[in-house]
Amino acid sequence: MDLRKAFSRGDHLVWLTGSALGISLLMILGLVFVILTNGLGIFWPSPIEQLTLADGSVVAGEPIQRQAIPNPGQPDHRQKHRVQLKVGNRDLYGFDFKWMDEADIAKRERPSGIYLVERSEYGPLIGTPVRVLEGEKEVASGAAAAAALEGLVDKAERDRRAVRVIEKDEIGAVNYDIERIRLQRRKLDYREKQGGAGDLSAARRKLDEREKERKARYAELEEKLTKRMEGASSTRVVFRSVDGQEKELRALDVYRAYPANDLSWLGRARVYASRLWGFLADEPREANTEGGIFPAIFGTVMMVLLMSLMVVPLGVLAALYLREYAKQGLLVRTVRIAVNNLAGVPSIVFGVFGLGFFVYFLGGGIDRIFFPESLPTPTYGTGGILWASLTLALLTVPVVIVASEEALAAVPRSVREASLAMGATKFQTILRVVLPAAAPGILTGLILAMARAAGEVAPLMLTGVVKLAPELPLDGFFPFFHLDRKFMHLGFHIYDVGFQSPNVEAAKPMVYTTTIFLLVIVVLLNLTAIVVRNRLREKYKTGAF
Amino acid sequence: MANDHMQTTAPDSGLRIRTEVKAPGPTDARHSSEGPDIVCREVNLAYGDNHVLHDITMEVDDRRVTALIGPSGCGKSTLLRCFNRMNDLIDNVKVWGEIRVKGLDVNAPATDVIEVRRRVGMVFQKSNPFPKSIYENVTYGLRIAGIGDKATLDEACERSLKGAALWDEVKDRLDESGLSLSGGQMQRLCIARAIAVEPEIVLMDEPCSALDPIATLKIEELIFQLKEKYTIVIVTHNLQQAARVSDKTAFFWLGRLVEYGPTAEMFTAPRDKLTEDYITGRFG
Repeated sequence: MDLRKAFSRGDHLVWLTGSALGISLLMILGLVFVILTNGLGIFWPSPIEQLTLADGSVVAGEPIQRQAIPNPGQPDHRQKHRVQLKVGNRDLYGFDFKWMDEADIAKRERPSGIYLVERSEYGPLIGTPVRVLEGEKEVASGAAAAAALEGLVDKAERDRRAVRVIEKDEIGAVNYDIERIRLQRRKLDYREKQGGAGDLSAARRKLDEREKERKARYAELEEKLTKRMEGASSTRVVFRSVDGQEKELRALDVYRAYPANDLSWLGRARVYASRLWGFLADEPREANTEGGIFPAIFGTVMMVLLMSLMVVPLGVLAALYLREYAKQGLLVRTVRIAVNNLAGVPSIVFGVFGLGFFVYFLGGGIDRIFFPESLPTPTYGTGGILWASLTLALLTVPVVIVASEEALAAVPRSVREASLAMGATKFQTILRVVLPAAAPGILTGLILAMARAAGEVAPLMLTGVVKLAPELPLDGFFPFFHLDRKFMHLGFHIYDVGFQSPNVEAAKPMVYTTTIFLLVIVVLLNLTAIVVRNRLREKYKTGAF
Repeated sequence: MANDHMQTTAPDSGLRIRTEVKAPGPTDARHSSEGPDIVCREVNLAYGDNHVLHDITMEVDDRRVTALIGPSGCGKSTLLRCFNRMNDLIDNVKVWGEIRVKGLDVNAPATDVIEVRRRVGMVFQKSNPFPKSIYENVTYGLRIAGIGDKATLDEACERSLKGAALWDEVKDRLDESGLSLSGGQMQRLCIARAIAVEPEIVLMDEPCSALDPIATLKIEELIFQLKEKYTIVIVTHNLQQAARVSDKTAFFWLGRLVEYGPTAEMFTAPRDKLTEDYITGRFG
């Protein structure tokens, strides 16, 4: 009786709904927790353990994990343990990680003076600096070499930056000009082939002259670069690994070196901050397993912004027609249902469409009409940030249409009537009263669209995302926005680093870290839109009627 | 049952009384045309098959307040909305018969509906300010007419707000949202918005039905002032209000005009039995 009463009161429903919410929250919090712990820990410099094994060999590395050894059916099943060390020195050993049975370990210690060196290739090096060489001359050894290391790393950083300026900016500009001259010459060839172009030799001569001048400048810069490189690369450091092998590194190739076991907390924190900043601001190295993710962050943000620029006008105009102008009837209802269903089409389908329609048909057409001189090399007829954004705009336009339609429908009839009764035309009413009042709702649609677009990977793989883009889609060369360029994307970066990398184990932590930044960017983009929306809501809030 | 006498009395009395009451004064000079402001001849309206207005014939006097009364659904609001063609917004509406506003044939195909609505302002039952600032609300009509000159707009804003007896209350916060005002203020803002474009006629569709008695009183005082300059047609359910503010009253019943005459006469000595029943509260 009491139970039935409680049932009809609906107490059980409170519990049911409450636990459903609780489970959802728990799952989301768990996800965030896993990503954060795995992703943010990797920059923290862990100590290096040196293990002496029973057979006398010595191994050193960062401890990664400890595991019970499975031996099913035997009494020692999961009784003994083994440890995994990240030993680095791939060029010397041929592997990065090593498992060791704890039973075999004779001695564990954390010796002072052992360094972890991040370098340009082969992953980290773990060892002790023994000598610093300048040309063939030894300038420091032993403890003095270790002391000199910090200065050398700083100098290497400066040298690399200087080299980069010469390579990317100065030589890049010259290369860009030479490429343009080449294209102009091909254009002249093309016009000649078409016939009726008249005498083009004057134009050719002008091009030749400019090319000569540019090539001279190129040679000049190349010499400057060589000199700089020579100056920088003559300094070398020799490290000795714990098993006695020696490795000579150019100072220029050393990105970071720290004595892992001799760092104070402050020192560790500084290494952590510097690594985190490097991850955000640098370009990737070594097949994306090292270095930073800056181009991917940049590409993601730019792609989402471009997509927003395209999807909002398109979606709002379509919604306006559906809601304000179209005669409500069977046809409009059908269109509305179709639009709603479009939001559920798998994204890869949009990718295939984007490739077929935007890239091959539109891009190919643009190439044939505007860039015939560079064919068969495609300009727009290949994946690029423009086509990727358009494809995503298409993917998300149903969301914007649905949200905009709802927002338009929510504008009170009384306000429209007030405007019309003032002698406003329908167009004026829509422009001055209806759209401003519906703007917050439209922005809600945009927020949903951005959240979806930032997370899509599949359609992008077909329409313009690459593993490594040498140039950003925005740079200092005219016309600044290079919408035809391929770009990097955080979502694809996660896939690439996690599953396509030559060294998956070493890259695994980067997957989590990249995930964190993808989430952060989605949240930041959404927050911006939400702030704008709330401002508009404040400004255009409709009456309580 | 009621049909025969309704049809005969209404147009006759309306026309006859108009000639008696109409008092042409010096203010008439503002309008170019002489005679009544709105003339309806056998106006009919149907929503699809639903015939709502039957042969309405009446004239509305220049710079007088005309009240339309009658029970809910009698067609008084519908008739009001015929005067500025707001019924166009509803699908399936058919109007026939002639309506002239200042001589302009409202329903003629050549007539520009925008022009009609500029000349005939409207105030609605629910106050409906735009979700914009007070200033933007008042100057809306001028802006959509293409006037962008700041001085003109400022002047019109002040004049209209003064005209709507709202200036003193809002002059220091013209930038605030029109929706931040109280109910009565919002309704006066709507009146200011309507008179900012200097219409000739102001239609009011139960302007006080959502207001408290004090706000209602203010609006009524305002109507008194406004009739110096504008012809006002007001739909109201409040018979006391009709008696207080109007010069002439038209009583509608089931889509027909039953009686139309000077308010004082109608409320003291109604000629029709239906009118008498209604105003004495025996039904409706």
